[in-house]
Amino acid sequence: MKITPGEGAVDWIRVCALDAVPRDGAVAVLVGDAQVTVVRLADDTLYAVSHRDPVSGANVMARGIVGSATVDGVEVPTITSPMFKQVYDLRDGRCLTDRGAVLATWEVRLHGGDVEIGPTRVGAGSATAADGPTDTEVATTS
Amino acid sequence: MTSQSQQHVVVAGAGMVAFRFVEALRARDDGDRFRVTVIGDEPRPPYDRVALTTYFTGRDPEDLHLGGDEIWRDPHVTLRKGTTVVAVDRDTQRVSTDRGEGVDYDHLVLATGSYAARPPVEGRDLRGCFVYRTIDDVAELRGYVETLRSAHSDRPLHGVVVGGGLLGLEAAGALQALGVKSTVVEFAPRLMPLQVDDGGGAVLRSLIEDLGVSVLTDTATSQVLGERRGVVEGMRFADGSSLPADVVVFATGVRPRDELACSAGLSVGERGGVVVDASCVTEDPAISAIGEVACIEGRVWGLVAPGYTMAEVAADRLLGGDASFPGADSSTKLKLLGVDVASFGDAFGSAPGCLEVSYADAVAGVYKKLVLSDDARTLLGGILVGDASSYAALRPMVGQQLRTDPSAYLVPATDGPPPGDDLPDDATVCSCNNVSAGAIRGAVTDQGCCSVAEVKACTRAGTSCGSCLPLVKRLTDGALEDAGISVAKGMCEHFELTRAELFHAVQVTGLRTFSEIIERHGRGRGCDICKPVVASILASLGTGHILGDDRGTLQDTNDHMLANLQKDGTYSVVPRIPGGEVTPDGLIEIGRIAKEFDLYTKITGGQRIDLFGARVEQLPAIWRQLVDAGFESGHAYGKSLRTVKSCVGSSWCRYGVQDSVGMAVLLELRYRGLRSPHKLKLGVSGCARECAEARGKDAGVIATDNGWNLYVGGNGGFTPRHATLLAEDLDDDGLIRAIDRFFIYYIRTADRLQRTAAWLEELPGGIEHLREVVFDDSLGIAAELDAAMERHVASYRDEWSDVLDDPVKLARFTSFVNAAEVPDPDLRYETTRGQRRPVLISGDRLEVRS
Repeated sequence: MKITPGEGAVDWIRVCALDAVPRDGAVAVLVGDAQVTVVRLADDTLYAVSHRDPVSGANVMARGIVGSATVDGVEVPTITSPMFKQVYDLRDGRCLTDRGAVLATWEVRLHGGDVEIGPTRVGAGSATAADGPTDTEVATTS
Repeated sequence: MTSQSQQHVVVAGAGMVAFRFVEALRARDDGDRFRVTVIGDEPRPPYDRVALTTYFTGRDPEDLHLGGDEIWRDPHVTLRKGTTVVAVDRDTQRVSTDRGEGVDYDHLVLATGSYAARPPVEGRDLRGCFVYRTIDDVAELRGYVETLRSAHSDRPLHGVVVGGGLLGLEAAGALQALGVKSTVVEFAPRLMPLQVDDGGGAVLRSLIEDLGVSVLTDTATSQVLGERRGVVEGMRFADGSSLPADVVVFATGVRPRDELACSAGLSVGERGGVVVDASCVTEDPAISAIGEVACIEGRVWGLVAPGYTMAEVAADRLLGGDASFPGADSSTKLKLLGVDVASFGDAFGSAPGCLEVSYADAVAGVYKKLVLSDDARTLLGGILVGDASSYAALRPMVGQQLRTDPSAYLVPATDGPPPGDDLPDDATVCSCNNVSAGAIRGAVTDQGCCSVAEVKACTRAGTSCGSCLPLVKRLTDGALEDAGISVAKGMCEHFELTRAELFHAVQVTGLRTFSEIIERHGRGRGCDICKPVVASILASLGTGHILGDDRGTLQDTNDHMLANLQKDGTYSVVPRIPGGEVTPDGLIEIGRIAKEFDLYTKITGGQRIDLFGARVEQLPAIWRQLVDAGFESGHAYGKSLRTVKSCVGSSWCRYGVQDSVGMAVLLELRYRGLRSPHKLKLGVSGCARECAEARGKDAGVIATDNGWNLYVGGNGGFTPRHATLLAEDLDDDGLIRAIDRFFIYYIRTADRLQRTAAWLEELPGGIEHLREVVFDDSLGIAAELDAAMERHVASYRDEWSDVLDDPVKLARFTSFVNAAEVPDPDLRYETTRGQRRPVLISGDRLEVRS
C-alpha cells in the first residue's frame, strides 16, 4: 500500500477508522514517508504526534502509555516514550520531563468516523527542528 | 598523596572498635594529616561480631562485613589481614609482626579485643571443645557438627554449652540451628545473671526450655569426658552427675588480650585490660587503647557501645579535640531464637530508695520490670524478658521523668500511640552509635533528610544492632510531619494509595477496569506509573488475558507486545524453557525459526534463548512457529515469574542429592505467568555446591540429604543480595506450600517495583515475621494465600497462543494501522560476529554510527 500526501499539501489524508485506535491509546500510521502516532482519548479527542522518539531515535511513540499530568494546576494529556520514559504534552509535543526534547505534532481531525491527518506538520522534533515551522498552534477536533 | 609531615597511626587489632576508630579518624581528618595501618590476625576485614549467630541462619559471612569496603580503598588506610602484632618497642616507636616485619608508628592504638576464655576444667582441650568468638570459631563448630552428623546419622547429636550468659545462649541457639540437642549449664542460680533478676530468669528459662534447649542452673562443671582418641563424649558436673555430649562450647566470658601491653611494660588493671585515662591514652602518650582491651575508669567493658565511644574519643584526641569517655552502661538487648531479653540502666535497683514496678505473665512468657526513683517519677532502669518491644522507647528515657503512668510501658501493647514521640532531644536513641533524639530530628530539619534510609546514612543511627530502628522511624516521621513535609506514600499524582493499599482496595471493591478504579480511588487519566500497576494488580487477581478488555493500553510496551523492546524499536522473543531443560529437537526448531526470521540469538543468564530483532508485525508469525514446535511464552517481558534456573542435579551429577531439574521444572510450570510487583526468579541447586546460584534469586532452593532448604529475598542486579534462609529440610509439598504463601504474600503487600529483597528488608518483623506467616499462619491468611495460588495455577494459559487465537488481539500486532505489512523503513543493520545488530540513525543518547 502506498499513501501519498495530497497535491500542494492542502488535503487532509484519511489514515484509519476511529475504531482502529483504542480509547486512551495510540496507533502508528504512515503518511507518505512520515511515521505518525495517532492518539485517542476516552472522549474521542484526537492528537497526532511523531512516532519517532526524539531521545532514542527509534520509531516507538505509538507504543507509549497515554495519560495525564498536572502542569501549573492544569491537567494536560500526555504520552510517555516506552524507551526511556520521557513524558510529552500531547497538545504541543513539549517534553515535561526532559528540557529540550520536543515531539513534532500534526493537525488531526475526525471526519465521518475516520481519522484524518492535516496537511501541515506543526511543531518540530528536536532532531529535525530545521524543517518544521515554529508555530505550535495545534488543531484538535473532536 | 602522602607527605613528609603525615603522621602514621598503627592500629593493632581489626575488630568492630578498630573499624569505628578508623572511620571516625578518616571522616574528620580533612587535611589528610594521618595515614592509618590496621593490623589484624583474622583473615578478613572487620565484621559485625554481635551478629555472629546469623551466620547460622543463612547469612553469608560477607554480609557481616562492616561498612562495605570503601574505607579499605582509602589511599590513606592500609589493612593487613591475617597478621598479628607480636611486640611493641616504645623507645623506637615500632611494632613487630608475626611475619617478621617492623612497622614504625607515630601513634599506636591497641584494639586487640578479648579472648574467649576456657575455664580451667579438665579436658577442656579435647576434640569437640569450642569457644564462640570469631567467624572462624563458628565455622569450625559448624564444620565439626556437620562431620559428626554424617558419622552418626543414626542418633541425635548432643551439645553442652558451658555458661548461661548472653554468649552462651547465642551459642545454644547456634547449636539448635545446626540440629544439635543442647543443654546450657550455668553456675549461677539463673540464666543471664548479669542482665536479669530472678523473676526475669525464671521466665527466660521457661521460654528457652520451650524451644527444646535444656537448662541446668546452680551447676558447676568439673570435667569434660573424652574417649581414647581424645574426642569429647560427655561432661561431668561437681555433684558427680554427667551428660553425654558430642560437642562442648565454652561461653564463660572473655579476657582482655593485653599481653602486648604487658610485655611493653604498660600497666594493666586488676582483672586485666590496659589502663587508660578518660582520653583513652595509656601511660605512654604515644599509645592509646580502646574497646575490650582497655581498662577505663577501673573496669573493662565487654560491650560494643562503650568500645565505639572509646574509638570516637581516641580519634577526636588525635585530631586535637578534647573528648573524654563519658562513662557507659551495660544496656543490652538480645533476640535469641525469637526470645527477647533486654536489660538497661540500673536493672537491679541498686539506687537507694528506688522502687520497682513489675509485670509477669507466666502463660504468655513475659516478664517486665522498671526501676524508678524513690518518687516513682524518674526511670532508672529495667528488665524485659519475652517482649522487649518497648526497649527502644524506654532505653533513652533512663534518667528522664516518665510522662505517663509507668504501667503503660509494661502491660501488653494497647491501641494508644507508642511512647517515644515526646522524647527529649538529649535522650540517646541509638546507644551503639550514640545518636540522640535531637540528632535524628536535626537530620530532618537541618540536613534535609526525608526518609529513614537518609537519616541512617546521615547520623549512623540504627546501623549497628538495629534495635532502635522502630524509634528512629517514628522520630523521623514525626519530624517530617512537624516540618510540614508530608510523607508521600502514593504511587504518583493520580493515586495517593500505595500499591499494597490499592491492591487491597481493588480486591475488596471488585472493580475490574482502570476507568472505574481511577474514578473511585484516584484522579486524572493515569500515567506510565499507575497504569501498569493497576494492570499488574488485575492480573494477580486473575482477570484473564493481560490484553483483554481495556487492559492493553495499561501495559508497558513489553507486556503490550508480549516481547521485550530493544533500542531500535524491535523486540526480542524468549520462549519458556522450564528449568533450562531442552530437547535437541527443540533446540533445532528454535534455531530454524531464528534463522528464518534472521533473529540475533543469544543464551540468557537464566538458561534460556533470547531471539532479537523481531518487528512488531513479525511477532505473531514467530510465536506461531514456536507454539507449533511445542514452546510457549517465557514471560521475559513481564513483571512476573521469569525463569527457574537449575543445576543438573542427582539425575546425572555425581554429587547431587536431589533431582533439582525435576523440581525446577515443577516450580516453573506452577508459577509461570504469575504477575508480581517486580520480576521473580528462582533457582534450584541439587546439593550444597549451589551451581544454580539459587541464593541470588527471589526464592532459592538448595537440596539437602533430607529435602530442600528454602532461601528467600535474594537478587542480582544493581544491589546484589544473598537470599536468607526461611526453612530447612522441607519435603516437596512443604516446599511448594512455603513458596506459594511467600509469593502471594509478597505480591499483595509489596510496593511497585519492589523486589523481594527490598520488601523483606522493610517488612516489619523481617524474616521471623515471614516465617510466622508462612509456617504458623500468624495472620490467619494462609488458607487464602493457598487458594489464591491454586486459582493462579488452575487459570494459567499461554499468552502467545491466546493472541494467536483471537483476531481482535492479533490486530494490534501491525507496524502501521494503515499499512499493516510495511516494516519500519528506518531500521538498519550491520553484521558483527556473524549476526546482525542495529545501526541507529540518530538520537540524543544513542550515537550516530558512521
